[in-house]
Amino acid sequence: MTGAPRLRRPSSSVATWALACALGLLYVAPVAMMVVGSLKPDVRVLVEAGSWRAFWAEGASLANYADVFARVDLGRFLVNSLFITISVVVLGLVVNSLAGYALARLEWRGRRWIFAAVTALLVLPFEAIAVPLFYGTSLLGLRDTYTVQIVPFVANAFAIYLFYSFFLGLPRELEEAARIDGAGTLRTFVEVVAPNARPCFATVAILTFLTQWGSYLWPLLVTAGPRVRPLPVAIAAFYTLPPRQWGDILAFGVVMAAPVVLLFLLFQRAFVRGVATTGVKG
Amino acid sequence: MRGGRHAGPRTPAGPAMAAPALLGLAVFVALPFLAALVLSFTDERLGSPLATRFVGWEQYRRVLADPLFRRALANNLYFAAVVVPVQTVAALGLALLLNRRLAGRGLFRTLFFLPVVFPMALVAVVWVLIYAPGPEGTMNALLGAATAGAWAPRDFLHDPAWAMPALMLLSVWQGVGFQMVVLLAGLQAIPGELYEAAAVDGAGAWGRFWHVTLPGLRNPLIFVAVVTAILAFRLFDQVRIMTRGGPNGATTTVIFEAVAAAFDRQEVARGAAMTVLFFCMVVAITAVQRRLARQGGGIG
Repeated sequence: MTGAPRLRRPSSSVATWALACALGLLYVAPVAMMVVGSLKPDVRVLVEAGSWRAFWAEGASLANYADVFARVDLGRFLVNSLFITISVVVLGLVVNSLAGYALARLEWRGRRWIFAAVTALLVLPFEAIAVPLFYGTSLLGLRDTYTVQIVPFVANAFAIYLFYSFFLGLPRELEEAARIDGAGTLRTFVEVVAPNARPCFATVAILTFLTQWGSYLWPLLVTAGPRVRPLPVAIAAFYTLPPRQWGDILAFGVVMAAPVVLLFLLFQRAFVRGVATTGVKG
Repeated sequence: MRGGRHAGPRTPAGPAMAAPALLGLAVFVALPFLAALVLSFTDERLGSPLATRFVGWEQYRRVLADPLFRRALANNLYFAAVVVPVQTVAALGLALLLNRRLAGRGLFRTLFFLPVVFPMALVAVVWVLIYAPGPEGTMNALLGAATAGAWAPRDFLHDPAWAMPALMLLSVWQGVGFQMVVLLAGLQAIPGELYEAAAVDGAGAWGRFWHVTLPGLRNPLIFVAVVTAILAFRLFDQVRIMTRGGPNGATTTVIFEAVAAAFDRQEVARGAAMTVLFFCMVVAITAVQRRLARQGGGIG
């Protein structure tokens, strides 16, 4: 046996494994600190942040969680974030997949230059349009609504581009068979094309969810009070709220991280693939 | 008629299916961008009773002469100059590590990727605790232990020299998993025969890395570096939450200044001018990427 097959993936020595473990522990430390700290009495979180006790919750209790829910309307923020995020994801999947399909697979006047225009919008980061969008929202009196946090983010050039690329690669036979059976364009899309595009829907859903769940700049600009405020703005406000109780703040953090971490652990493969494919294509 | 060379039959369903998304992009992306250009040539303020005037390049002149904005630009460049190479090299190291036959590879990948799914607002708040001043702060304790007590505890986020590096570190921690996953996919796309051929030619581990791995990763590496550079110019959440641009402008950024102008001081025209300048920088970075990516193929 020569070493040739091993060259592709050298088997690891104990040293590499130890290195991976050390890095992994270092990497997970802030997360562990957050979870452990959320279970400790407030006064001990900061005092023990610099010792091994930061990772050890003696007499763990859920008192901080009860305390956060009593001090602020955390349930409301959670519902706001869920409602806004899920609305953007669901509406976005519908609208952007239809557009991606129409641009990739249907023949109509102007679709080429429209697709070129859509790809041109890809270089435009949200920050470049945040100020006029904020200005318009203020003039129209739409601040502090769900609408203004949902509607502007439904149509998304990058999502259209991902759907477009995916549909371009689908075999044409599927649609032709459906058409021979007399199905209209929309029915063909819904019943034949979309079910074959699940990985692409998953990728777009995950990327949209991550972006919306973590969105901070826009809700900071357009929410004035807790009524429609999502979690990122709420935690930033909560941690400046005197007295600064670190146990409560970390409990707030755990509640905020839980849904997205849960989704990640459930759909890990789709997450990683989604991110990786966007990278390779970009 | 051109008929269906690329696409299916000509149908009115096409425009109808595309319409909702195209309308959304026109109203909420294209129009605001044009509005930013127009606004930046006026003196508009929110809630001002005075009539809006056209002021030509005046906003741009003022913005570029503003020492705080210049500081913001310099800070963005400083952030990019450190974070782009550090994060790219760190991601490459992690990707190479996880590309080996390693017990528990999946678990390690999960660990390194996990912070990517955390909202930056949450990461920022947790790291305020890590950077807590005094010997009991995690970072101070860690550095104290590493230097056997020689480290004098400091207040990282209120220290003009340390505030920016502090923001850089947590940004790398949060973002490196993304780059790692992209590079890992790139590594796995390099054909094994190339390594075998290099081995036959007598290349050692370093030679294989230099002549096979790096050229094979060219495009993913360019992509990763460019995305990180653009993120460096979009830097905002951490700054707003952890330092508010301080101490004394040490961590202010272009977007932080734009929000401070448009939102905190209602000077929307000034904020618009800043975001237009920001957009020009992003376009410049993207143009560099396109050029680099096009030069590919010839090398390697």
